Amino acid sequence: MSRLSEVLAAGRFAVTAEIGPPKHADARKVRELARLLAPCTDAQNLTDNQTAVVRLCSLAAAVHVREAGGEPVLQLTCRDRNRIALQSDLLGAASLGIENVLCLTGDHQKFGNHPQAKGVFDLDSVQLLAMARGMGEGRFLNGEEIKAPPRLFPGAAENPFAGPSAAFRAARLAKKARAGARFIQTQVVYDLAGFQAFMAAVRQLGNPVPVLAGVTPPKSARALKYMQGIPGFRVSEEALRRMEGASDPKEEGIRLAVELIRQLREVPGVAGVHIMAIGWEEAVPRIVEESGLMPRPEIQETDGIGGAA
Amino acid sequence: MTRSEPLLVAFCCYWCAYAAADLAGGMRLSYPPNVRVVEVPCSGRVEPELILRALNEGADGVMVAGCLEGDCHYQRGNLRARRRVERLRRLLEELGVEPERVEMFNLSAAMGPRFAQIVAEMTERLRGLPPRKFQAVEEAGA
Amino acid sequence: MIVAQAKPFPELAQMLQDARRVLVAGCGGCVAVCQAGGEQEARILAEAIRLWAGEQGRPMEARAVVVPRQCEPEWAQSLGPAMDEADVVVSLGCGVGVGFLAEVRPGMRVLPGLNTSFGGGTVSPGVFEERCRMCGDCVLGRTGGICPVARCAKNLWNGPCGGSADGRCEVDPQVSCAWHQIAQRLTARGETGFLEEIAPPKDWSTAGDGGPRRIVREDLAS
Ligand code: SF4
Repeated sequence: MSRLSEVLAAGRFAVTAEIGPPKHADARKVRELARLLAPCTDAQNLTDNQTAVVRLCSLAAAVHVREAGGEPVLQLTCRDRNRIALQSDLLGAASLGIENVLCLTGDHQKFGNHPQAKGVFDLDSVQLLAMARGMGEGRFLNGEEIKAPPRLFPGAAENPFAGPSAAFRAARLAKKARAGARFIQTQVVYDLAGFQAFMAAVRQLGNPVPVLAGVTPPKSARALKYMQGIPGFRVSEEALRRMEGASDPKEEGIRLAVELIRQLREVPGVAGVHIMAIGWEEAVPRIVEESGLMPRPEIQETDGIGGAA
Repeated sequence: MTRSEPLLVAFCCYWCAYAAADLAGGMRLSYPPNVRVVEVPCSGRVEPELILRALNEGADGVMVAGCLEGDCHYQRGNLRARRRVERLRRLLEELGVEPERVEMFNLSAAMGPRFAQIVAEMTERLRGLPPRKFQAVEEAGA
Repeated sequence: MIVAQAKPFPELAQMLQDARRVLVAGCGGCVAVCQAGGEQEARILAEAIRLWAGEQGRPMEARAVVVPRQCEPEWAQSLGPAMDEADVVVSLGCGVGVGFLAEVRPGMRVLPGLNTSFGGGTVSPGVFEERCRMCGDCVLGRTGGICPVARCAKNLWNGPCGGSADGRCEVDPQVSCAWHQIAQRLTARGETGFLEEIAPPKDWSTAGDGGPRRIVREDLAS
């Protein structure tokens, strides 16, 4: 069983963080970050060529994290793989003992460093989730039987702030849960009121799946403004004002993140937080500590290499 | 082919620029004699093909003259003509022809002196450009 | 219709370097409607080629012809004699026309004068939009007439994605998010079933991923 699944099953408030693999073939930094984050988080996401920029592959990075004592969450996008490659990667991940898989459609290649690439998008995130669940139950997408089915703990992302409405996003979250998502990590939250409206809609649908709210400590007012410009991001005016007025923006960023986490813990239905501090991972241990989330729950390590026992 | 004066073809709208050219003549205003005025029912009638054809057949420059904006007898013919001329000028650049050889003007029927002035200006401009290499005017199969 | 646009002239010029007699073949079908490859455009291009060649000091003959549709073998064939008088043909048909003309005289260079762009239509004068990707398995009946294949940048079946904001697509704010539109339209019609159900993966084998497509209609066959 994956550690993340056990933390969630035990009803403990989960903490996950993100690691962005490098744009080169040296994985020392990934291992270093895994060692930094493992003691203060329950699992660490490995992004899959995030924003469509070529990076060390998330599966290899996940193996590095595991070897460094971490608990990887493999991010897998539909942008670069068709159903054949996706199923193959899921089998491969499970064979390496990697169970947590975040199933994503992926950022469009237009945003990356190879905008001329052919986007695959054979499946979308919902279909990938359904396929991962099916594989866990012993079926390939085509219905063929899998002799040793992969043990997987699929998750998904959701953006509470995207269109057409919070209610629609909640319905899509529920759809992902129906398709097989066992946990949800959300887009970065700054707009607490907007997030609360979303969670109210999620509760109305019966809280179908544990939700980990996304948190990013802003490094500067400029970083925050940049995020504001990305479609689907919502940055609160208050956060912006505070960052602009701060004499020590980094300190203020950490304070903001800590306050947010404390507030998010109070939102009914929130099962944890997912801290995305790519490029500023050193801030994560402090944020977790100051949010009162240390120590992390002890989970009995159970061996899970290979297919389901 | 050598010529002392550049040859300018002026496509002039019947409702305004053609009348202005007429008026300039009637007023005995002097303007360079190297202009060939072609009457068209509207500047919007001047397809890019006509302009290219004129250049292919030996013109050094082409001007399209229509009514003042808002005064087109056919509502928007002159506006269309302007956009077409602009697009054609971009094509000319790709063809290796100086885009300033072609220009769109707006005139009213009363602007005889302005017509004379435009012709003089265009002629001056064309004089300043290197001479064109004309190809034999021969349409295959025609 | 098939919407196309002119290739940038320098690209064409590159391919025409050593031509002497060029036949510019227009098409009276879709490309005439979108004003990229009809009779008028063929005549303009022929003039343009002559002008360009003349400026290079290497005069070329360039002649424009047009047939009602280059994608009909009979009409394509009818261009044979005119093609024989040229050494290079520039087809202003869509890719189908270029291919058909090349079949008429396989020994001859037939160049594409256009970039065949998409199945679409005119949404306002001078503005053309893609509407169909010809995937061979139409789902418009379930998606409110809005195509997730042609109109969603990520081909989603369970959209909209997390980048949909204010009804705009994350990939290009000039473009409406197809899934936003689908959701609005189906909700307004009270047909939310499709939005709630998990749309299964698409069978792309009909979409060209199964190889070049061919339809045989016995009732029409000779
Ligand atoms: S924003 Fe809408 S149209 Fe654009 S990729 Fe996402 S779902 Fe598709």
